[in-house]
Amino acid sequence: MADAKVIPFDDDRSRGGAAQRPQRRRSAGNRRPGTESVPVREVQPLPTRAAPQDDVPVTSEEQPPEESQGGEGGLERRIAGGLAFLRRRLTGDYEVDDFGYDEELTDQVLMSLLRPLYEKYFRVEVKGVENIPSEGGALIVANHSGTLPMDGLMMQVAVHDNHPAGRHLRLLAADLVFMLPVVNELARKLGHTLACAEDASRLLEQGELVGVMPEGFKGLGKPFADRYKLQRFGRGGFVSTALRAGTPIVPCSIVGAEEIYPMIGNAKTVARLLGFPYFPITPTFPWLGPLGAVPLPTKWTIQFGEPIPTDGYPPEAAEDPMLMFNLTDQVREQIQHTLYKLLVQRRSVFF
Amino acid sequence: MAPHPLVGGHTRSGSCVRLLVVTSRIGRSSQRNTDPLSWPLGGTRRGKRFSGRKALILGKVVLVTGVARQLGGRFVRRIQRDPEVDRVVAVDAVPPEHHLGGADFVQADIRQPGIARVLAETGADTVVHLDVTGTPLGSGNRASLKETNVIGTMQLLGACQKSPSVRRLVVKSSTNVYGSAPRDPGVFTETTPPKSLPSGGFAKDTVEVEGYVRGFARRRPDVAVCVLRFANILGPTADTPLASYFALPVLPTVFGYDPRLQFVHEDDVIEVLRIASHEPRRGTLNSGTFNIAGDGVLLLSQCSRRLGRPTVPLLLPAVTWAGSLVRTLGMTDFSPEQIRLLTHGRVVATGQMRETLGFQPKYTTAETFADFARSQGPGLLPPEALAGAVDRIAALPLAGGGHPPTQSAN
Repeated sequence: MADAKVIPFDDDRSRGGAAQRPQRRRSAGNRRPGTESVPVREVQPLPTRAAPQDDVPVTSEEQPPEESQGGEGGLERRIAGGLAFLRRRLTGDYEVDDFGYDEELTDQVLMSLLRPLYEKYFRVEVKGVENIPSEGGALIVANHSGTLPMDGLMMQVAVHDNHPAGRHLRLLAADLVFMLPVVNELARKLGHTLACAEDASRLLEQGELVGVMPEGFKGLGKPFADRYKLQRFGRGGFVSTALRAGTPIVPCSIVGAEEIYPMIGNAKTVARLLGFPYFPITPTFPWLGPLGAVPLPTKWTIQFGEPIPTDGYPPEAAEDPMLMFNLTDQVREQIQHTLYKLLVQRRSVFF
Repeated sequence: MAPHPLVGGHTRSGSCVRLLVVTSRIGRSSQRNTDPLSWPLGGTRRGKRFSGRKALILGKVVLVTGVARQLGGRFVRRIQRDPEVDRVVAVDAVPPEHHLGGADFVQADIRQPGIARVLAETGADTVVHLDVTGTPLGSGNRASLKETNVIGTMQLLGACQKSPSVRRLVVKSSTNVYGSAPRDPGVFTETTPPKSLPSGGFAKDTVEVEGYVRGFARRRPDVAVCVLRFANILGPTADTPLASYFALPVLPTVFGYDPRLQFVHEDDVIEVLRIASHEPRRGTLNSGTFNIAGDGVLLLSQCSRRLGRPTVPLLLPAVTWAGSLVRTLGMTDFSPEQIRLLTHGRVVATGQMRETLGFQPKYTTAETFADFARSQGPGLLPPEALAGAVDRIAALPLAGGGHPPTQSAN
């Protein structure tokens, strides 16, 4: 597992402190200290013989029989589950919400596709996940970087896999996402929606966890020289939306995404022709073609900060521009401060 | 409150003076009441009270347009059974093929001024305008349909304006007025301004119809005006463009897009039209603009699978081209607006329908679609057959047959 890789960088762990290491929640269940790999190996031949017995593990409780019965019973259940899933998908017998969020597809397929990237490639370390409330609406505000919006997707996996309540993050995306074919379809199914006040407040009122990156394309497409320098936070619309809904704002700092595609140039003419806000030129892209589009395997840290409550303000506060600016600055400062702190602690870009 | 873009778009034809009057009125009415719904039709609350007293004294005469269609016919038959209705006058340019349950049918073309005489002679106090439709009846073409939708509405509203007896006007509109664009919010409310106004077809007709209705509401503040924006109407007898799309053996879709769709069942349409054409119940208000849709959302991919019809994903330019080809051949009204709906989808909020209008639809979007699918007959890939195939795979000994997936699926 990934543990082996981390061992040499011992102080990395100690620095992590109270924050838990990002463990895949699935594997966490199997790795009980007492019943390690020994019984599993012993029983391995058993299930092939004991196929008719498999009613037993289903009716009895999960953890111990799964360990003793071995991989076969679990495999069987997974095949059955997979077939049931396939059956529901083929007959259209599943639900999506008003925004097109397909929870089943996200959990079973799309998250599993993103997880290797999250665990193995970027080795995301998550801190302060307890700052995300376990129920009710909250607005997570994060920095944005990396030329392609990988950081949003990784943040979504981070929240989903680490939060004790298994909360789902609903990201707000730029309109470009909803213009591109395939991308818009996947974004909607992942629960993303357009970054506009109407959708944000509707989601917050439904008690959802909403993720927003107010820097937008200014942050995403900034040159490599400006890395970890927060850009202007839009017009602060996210603050008034949170104030209206009375939901807390959770600042989030993402370190590592800046270096996945070091953007050293911007082909503005090509960008204009394609209708994109920028066209990145990195040391490898577009020179190496599709190979150049492979992101660098940087080591990421996602830190969720102390929530900033907004329910103490009077209802007319959302109309007060001065308060808006102050709160926007407060959120921005907190993210920037945490970014610097994480950068100082970071040993290397890649480890 | 900023002037609604729709209002701005439709005072084009009016003079500058009228435009000024409009904006000042909106300003005042929005100061008076904070209800976001009532402002496009400012002053309708007052009208409601008057009409209440009048209707009780006179009894109710309901004039319904567009009765030659299934929906109009059903509505006429239904509203006649209501005890407070004395008489139903059914109007259309062609005699209906279905019976009207004893309503007085008057053959009149609403595009002609003669409709004013019908209105005056019958002394109707409630006008239900259902002749705003997306598909031509019988052999009609798109041009005559547009004439009926737009000119017909103008004539009818002109007649209503002259008639002192009219107290209540109900207009069938459509959520097409919002258009569908990738830059639109995920869920439209009644006050959401559309990012891109529909460029043509039925959608443009409805936008224009609503513009004229708003003008009428300004000029006759004593009339309670209710505009119902219906999502895609489906049901066993629905004859909407979307219903004919779903009747195709293979559904062409736009590659890389999976639009969200919302449906409303015919039965619910009839019911909400009834609520709108009677006095509002206690604690509700039935004048204003309301989105009408069933709960929940279906993706186009879900629809095709539940219907059992395979899809053919085509690139967007190809779809646009094929659409224009089909239109030229005159097979179906596969308008650009329709293609945009099937590309970007559209979902509306129905909070006002529940809270203000006090209407709870009987069918959800999924139930509406299921009812429609039952009337359609099996497609090429019936969902039952697919489910059966998966079950057979599950029953194979290789896949560990003990647990057929049906258990978890049920």
